[in-house]
Amino acid sequence: MSIAWYLAVSAIVFCVGAVGVMTRRNPLVVLLCLELMLNGANLALIAFSRMWGNGDGQILALVVMTVAACEVCIGLGMIVAIYRRHLPIDVDELRELQG
Amino acid sequence: MSTTTYGWLVLAFPLLGTLLIALGYRRLQALPARTAGWIATGAIFLAFLAAVGALISLQGHSPEHRQLVSSLWNYAYTAGINAQMSILVDPLSVFMILVVTGVSTLIHLYSISYMDEDAGFKRFFAYLNFFVFSMLLLVLAGNFLLLIVGWAFVGAASYLLISFWYRRSTATRAGIKAFVINVVGDVGLVLGTYFIFKHTHTLDLLGAFHAVEAGAFGHGTNNGDLVAGCVLLLVGAFAKSAQIPLHTWLPDAMEGPTPVSALIHAATMVTAGVYLIARMHPLFELAPAAQDVGAVIGAATLLIAGTIAVTQTDLKRVIAYSTMSQIGYMIMGVSVGAYAAGLFHLMTHAFFKALLFMAAGSLIGAMGGEQSLEKMGGFRKAMPFTYGCFIIGGLALSGIPPFSGFFSKDEILLVTGERGGWHWALYAIGYIGAFLTALYTFRMIFRAFHGEPVAEARELEGGHLHHPQLPTNPATGEVEDTDVGFPGPVHAIAERATPMRVAMSILALGAAGIGLVQIPKVDFVIDDFLRPSFATSKLYEPHTKDGLLWFGLVLGTVLGLAGIAIAYRVWVARPGTAARVQARLRPLYELFVNKWYFDEAIALLIVRPASAAGRFANDTFERLFVDETLVGGTSGLVRAGSAAVRAAQSGFVRYYAALLVLGVTGVGFYFLLQS
Repeated sequence: MSIAWYLAVSAIVFCVGAVGVMTRRNPLVVLLCLELMLNGANLALIAFSRMWGNGDGQILALVVMTVAACEVCIGLGMIVAIYRRHLPIDVDELRELQG
Repeated sequence: MSTTTYGWLVLAFPLLGTLLIALGYRRLQALPARTAGWIATGAIFLAFLAAVGALISLQGHSPEHRQLVSSLWNYAYTAGINAQMSILVDPLSVFMILVVTGVSTLIHLYSISYMDEDAGFKRFFAYLNFFVFSMLLLVLAGNFLLLIVGWAFVGAASYLLISFWYRRSTATRAGIKAFVINVVGDVGLVLGTYFIFKHTHTLDLLGAFHAVEAGAFGHGTNNGDLVAGCVLLLVGAFAKSAQIPLHTWLPDAMEGPTPVSALIHAATMVTAGVYLIARMHPLFELAPAAQDVGAVIGAATLLIAGTIAVTQTDLKRVIAYSTMSQIGYMIMGVSVGAYAAGLFHLMTHAFFKALLFMAAGSLIGAMGGEQSLEKMGGFRKAMPFTYGCFIIGGLALSGIPPFSGFFSKDEILLVTGERGGWHWALYAIGYIGAFLTALYTFRMIFRAFHGEPVAEARELEGGHLHHPQLPTNPATGEVEDTDVGFPGPVHAIAERATPMRVAMSILALGAAGIGLVQIPKVDFVIDDFLRPSFATSKLYEPHTKDGLLWFGLVLGTVLGLAGIAIAYRVWVARPGTAARVQARLRPLYELFVNKWYFDEAIALLIVRPASAAGRFANDTFERLFVDETLVGGTSGLVRAGSAAVRAAQSGFVRYYAALLVLGVTGVGFYFLLQS
C-alpha cells in the first residue's frame, strides 16, 4: 500500500485535532484534540519508519507518547484545580494572562 | 648589591610599611598602642639606610657611569609606547631620596609622640608611609609615566593627610582645595609630557633627553612645541610647589596635623616642582623662554609670600607662607641654572623648615590647640627647648652665618646675578625677600616667646600643661569632634616627649651645620656630587666673580641682621610700633593681610564663571536636551512600542493556537514554494 494513504489519514487526524483546539472551549476537549494532533503526527512517523525500514521513526513516536502522557498529567491536573476553585470550565473565560 | 637594587629597596620599605599597617590594622589592635608608629618609623629608617647604601654604591662608579636605569617589567608595550616599571638612580635622585627619607624618619619619630593620643593613630601612619612611598616613586621614576603616577599619588596622599581630621569642616574643604589645584598641575604635567613625547617618541627620561640633545626639537632654542611642553611642566611644578597663582592651597593645608605640615608642606612634597625642573634641565635649557617664566614666577612668589607672612597672625600660616617664599627661591634658582644651589637650598630648607614646624607643633600643644600669635607670648622661660629650636630654625631661615640657610640662599642669588641683564631685578627681589624673611621669622618668634607671659605660659612655668575645657577649631570656633581623633584633652610638647625632642635635636643640628658641606671657595660637596646628573648642562659650571660673591654674602648677612633688629625694635623694644605702622600704611596692610586677594581673584575669575556656566548648562542643556529629549524620548519610544505589542496579548488561548497554526502553515507554504 502506498505511503500516501497513511499520510492522508495522519493529516486528517491532525487537522481534526487542530480544528478542535481552535474551536472548542471546554479545556478537557481541547486536551483530547491535542492528543489527536500528536497521534496524527505519530501515525506519520511510524509510516515513514516503515517506508525506510528502520526504527528511528518508532523511537521518536515513543518519545512523543511520553511527552503526551506528561502533558495530559499536567493538563488534567490543571483542570481539576480549576474545577476545585469553582472557576468556569471554559478557556475563553480563563484569560488572566492578557497583556 | 647593585646600586639599583638599593633603589628598589628604598621604594619597597615604605610600601611594605603602608600595607603592614593598613592591612594588619586588626592585629595591631592587640599590640601596644604605639606599635604602628614604630613600624612606620622603622620602615622609613630602613629606606633611609637603603638610600645611604645607594649613595655609597653610586660613588663606586666612575662619574661618567652614574646614571643607572633598572627595569622590573614592561608596564605597557603598545602603539609605539614602551612604558616600563623602571627607576633611574643617579646623583640627583639619590640626593632627593636621602633628603626625603632622612627628614621623613625624623618626622615619623616626632609623630609617634605628637599623635600619641589620637584615635586615628594607625590610619595616620599608614597614610604617612604611603606619602613617603609616593614621593620616593616620584623622584626615582625612570620614565614620564611613573613620574606622573608618583606625582598623582603624592597629591592623593596630601589630600588624605590634610583632611585627616575629617569631622572638621575647614579641614575637608582645605583637602578638596589642595586636591583640585594639584589636579590642575597633574593635567599640566600630562600635557607637557605629551608635547615632549610627540617629538622624542619615548617615555624614558634619559632616552627623551638624548633625543632632545640629538635635535628632536631642532637645533635652535625656543622651539614652539618644546616651550609649550616646558611651560606645561611648569604648571605642574607650580601647582605642586605652591607658586603663584596656584599657591592658595598651601596656607589652607595647615589644617592638617602639624607633622603633616612639616613633612608634606615644608620638607618634601612642595619641593617636587624644584626636582621636576632640575630633572628636566636638558629640556629647559633648550627653551630659555620657559626658564624665564619659571624664574619670574619664582621671584614673584618669594616676594609676595614674604609680604603676606609679615602680616599673618596664624603661627602655622606664617611658616606656610615662609615655605612658599623659600620655594620661590628654589624655583627661581633651578630656572636660572643654579641647579646645585637650588637643590642645596632644598636640602637646608627641609631641615630648618621641618624644625620650625615641629617647634610650632610643640608650641601649639602648649597653647592647647590655639594657633593665633595674638594669643601667644612669653613662652621663653616655659619652653626653653622649643625656644632654642625656633631660634636655630629662625636664624637658618633668615640666612645668618654660619647657619645653613646662609650658604644656600646666597648661592642661588649669586648665580642669578651672574646671569646679568634683567636677572639683576630678580637678584634685587631676592635680597628684598631675604630681608622680609628675617623680619617675619623673628616677628613670629618675638611675639610667641618674648613679652609678657600669657596664662598658658604661666601655667606651664608652674609645671602644668594647659588644657582647654572644650577644644575648638581656631578658624571657625566650632567645638571639635574628639571621637575621630582631634587631639582633645591630651597633647604633646617637646619638653615632655623624648621622641619629639630627639627628632628636633637632630634637625636642629642639621639646620645649624648642614650648610657647611658647601662653603663658597672652601668645599663643593653638593656641586661635585650632583655634577654627573648635569653633565650635559651648559649652565651648571659656576664662573664666580669674586667681588659679587663677597658683596652677596655681606649683603645677605646685613639684611638678615637688619630684619631681626627691626623685628626686635617693633615687637619687643617698643610694642606699640606695629599698630602705628599698620595705621599709617593702611592700604598696603590690607593688601598683605588679605593675601593680595588671590583667593578672591580666583573665585571671581575662575570659580564663579565656571559655576555660572555650570548652572546655565544644567538649566538648559541638562534639563531640556538630556532629560527631556534624550532620556524622555527614549523611554517614550519604548513605552509606545510595548503598548502596541501588548495588544496582541489578549489571553485567549484559542486565538494563540489559531495564530500558531496559521504561522506554521505559512512557514510550511513558504518552504514548499521555495523548493
